[in-house]
Amino acid sequence: MSEWPLWEVFIRSQHGLAHKHVGSLHAPDAEMAIKNARDVYTRRNEGISIWVARSADIHATSPGDRAALFEPANDKVYRHPTFFPMPDEVKHI
Amino acid sequence: MYAQLVETGLSKVQAAAEMTAEELEFQARIDADIKIEPKDWMPEAYRRTLIRQIQQHAHSEIVGMLPEGNWITRAPSLQRKAILMAKVQDEAGHGLYLYCAAETLGVSRDQMIADLHAGKVKYSSIFNYPTLTWADIGTIGWLVDGAAIMNQIPLCRCSFGPYARAMVRVCKEESFHQRQGFDIMLTLCRGTAEQKALAQDALNRWWWPSLMMFGPSDAASVHSAQSARWKIKLLSNDELRQRFVDQTAPQAAFLGLRIPDDRLAFDEATGHYAFGEIDWDEFHEVIKGHGPCNRDRMRTRTQAWEDGAWVREAATAHAQKRAAREAREAA
Repeated sequence: MSEWPLWEVFIRSQHGLAHKHVGSLHAPDAEMAIKNARDVYTRRNEGISIWVARSADIHATSPGDRAALFEPANDKVYRHPTFFPMPDEVKHI
Repeated sequence: MYAQLVETGLSKVQAAAEMTAEELEFQARIDADIKIEPKDWMPEAYRRTLIRQIQQHAHSEIVGMLPEGNWITRAPSLQRKAILMAKVQDEAGHGLYLYCAAETLGVSRDQMIADLHAGKVKYSSIFNYPTLTWADIGTIGWLVDGAAIMNQIPLCRCSFGPYARAMVRVCKEESFHQRQGFDIMLTLCRGTAEQKALAQDALNRWWWPSLMMFGPSDAASVHSAQSARWKIKLLSNDELRQRFVDQTAPQAAFLGLRIPDDRLAFDEATGHYAFGEIDWDEFHEVIKGHGPCNRDRMRTRTQAWEDGAWVREAATAHAQKRAAREAREAA
């Protein structure tokens, strides 16, 4: 028998943060994946919400595309507020 | 350690002049403390070594449940039973985090389990010793989990992202294991003379096997040197063992227990504890499968896997049936 499919597990903690990837596990279906995720990844109140997604359904960028995708942001420092020096006299901006 | 004697498949540490452009770039990333992620290019030897190391580590967590599971039904109080169950459940979790990390390197879960059962991949020597009394459960938490923490904290900084992240999770939980063990020892040592004798007896039996967990000196090992270059081994076996002895000797003194080593003494000059010779023949015998419990551990693991086969098959059949029904209803 071939092994159960792999699922990626995402947990949202109590403090209003987004779901965060925590790891993966094997399960026959989504319901069991959630039950297993509860036992494997939330034994110490790590979360109040669980997402699971089949690993096979996740599409990702490949390391080779890193430069093409992310380097264009490097020379656009004006996107950060600290690019614009403000005179000391000007407040609340 | 939990992964002992991990081979790299290489006969010498690779020099920069022998590296390809890809290998040089890879090593430069490691030297700059940039994490390697599963889809990144990596040398085949790095991949294979990590699979061996993480897999051994995972199997150790899983087999490590057996000596402690032996005492769940006989824990001396309901609270101790609940605590021990939580600890053993954590060990299962640690094994699962590690299997996941190994799977990102392209090895399947079924393959890893088959390799364990076929004896192709080892688990830590320490789990081949029996747990004869309740004091053994205290000693395991205190010494064995203590030794594991020693090894795992540096691994949180290792070069492979999924392994490092798994170690962070494990370390957060491991400290509970060590403290619950020390708490058992403390209770026994503050109890009757008979209880204290149990604690001493357990320490006598577990002390040397615990020191063996770190493995023989690897100062001259090619594999360890290469693993250090790759930052999947952060400290040498001897460094880790010395830290462990330095940390544990005063704890034993606090408990009023005697560590079974006549040569154990604090050396003012070095600021470290000196200790006696480890019986490496015993270590190698245990690694080769001739420890007190090797055959029993493997038999129990294999039996559990085979007994669970119908559950895995039934769950798969149920999932398929339900998916088919949903597809029919949607049509």
